[in-house]
Amino acid sequence: MAEQVYYEDINVGDEIPKLAKNCSTQQLVMWAAGSGDFYQIHYDKDFALALGTLPGIIVHGALKHAFLGQMLHDWAGDKGRIKKYGCQYRGMDVPNQNITCRGVVTNKTQEGGLNLVELDIWTEKDGGEKTSPGKATVVLPSR
Amino acid sequence: MTESSLADELRTLIGKEGEPLIIEVDKTAIRMFARAVGHTDLVFYDEEYAKSKGHRSIICPPGFVGHAIHTPLQPTGIIGSSVTRMPAIKAQFRGVLNGGTEFEFYGEDICAGDILKGVGKLAEVRERAGALGQMLFVVTETNYTNQNGKLVATQRGTAIMY
Repeated sequence: MAEQVYYEDINVGDEIPKLAKNCSTQQLVMWAAGSGDFYQIHYDKDFALALGTLPGIIVHGALKHAFLGQMLHDWAGDKGRIKKYGCQYRGMDVPNQNITCRGVVTNKTQEGGLNLVELDIWTEKDGGEKTSPGKATVVLPSR
Repeated sequence: MTESSLADELRTLIGKEGEPLIIEVDKTAIRMFARAVGHTDLVFYDEEYAKSKGHRSIICPPGFVGHAIHTPLQPTGIIGSSVTRMPAIKAQFRGVLNGGTEFEFYGEDICAGDILKGVGKLAEVRERAGALGQMLFVVTETNYTNQNGKLVATQRGTAIMY
């Protein structure tokens, strides 16, 4: 785990550490089991192609959401926590291609005794297409 | 039935709560989920380590709540799916897409050993013409309370019918 980040050290416009992912089909099967989502478009290429609308097996949207959660969790550290986060599923990702999770600080507020940092978060493909844009609010400790 | 009248009919169901779903949060399920994502923080795997960080046991990774494991007693499993499986919906739309997921947490740990109760409701229905033709957006909202009656998480999910 990285060093603890503190509210005072964060500025609007800061980018948080990226999280690099690249899903093997094996990882998608692990996710199917871990999440309970056994829709065949995520592991059965014949099934996916037969639909006629997909390029083949595609990555679960909820897995990309979970990747964004990992990025935020690791950034918030032991003394911080995710208060709120979500994303939309706008574009498809496929196995064996890079998925980069990114986040940029958009606001800082103190509310109800909590130090809140708001972020735009997203997953992107090589080339920059944002496939899962969203927003997050993270609670950070104070120095 | 036109799409608008279907949307209107669905809107009469807004706020109506579904059957509660009981979720036993267990260590193996947490570890499987965390491993699938690729988490490296031991708070999701090692109970002693999690306790050393002030938690009651290993904690749920982000997104874990909401992926209820199916049991024969809870055949629909995925909260909110009852709406998208309505015959009127199936008759009118070709497919359903997962449009998005949002969680809010309230500062209470969700740990292995907890027993959560998830109660879902229809929160919003809207229609829009888009790339896939006329699309119906159905937003469900689920509140999760723990065994002590504390609200620990709220989930909003968007299903897109096209």
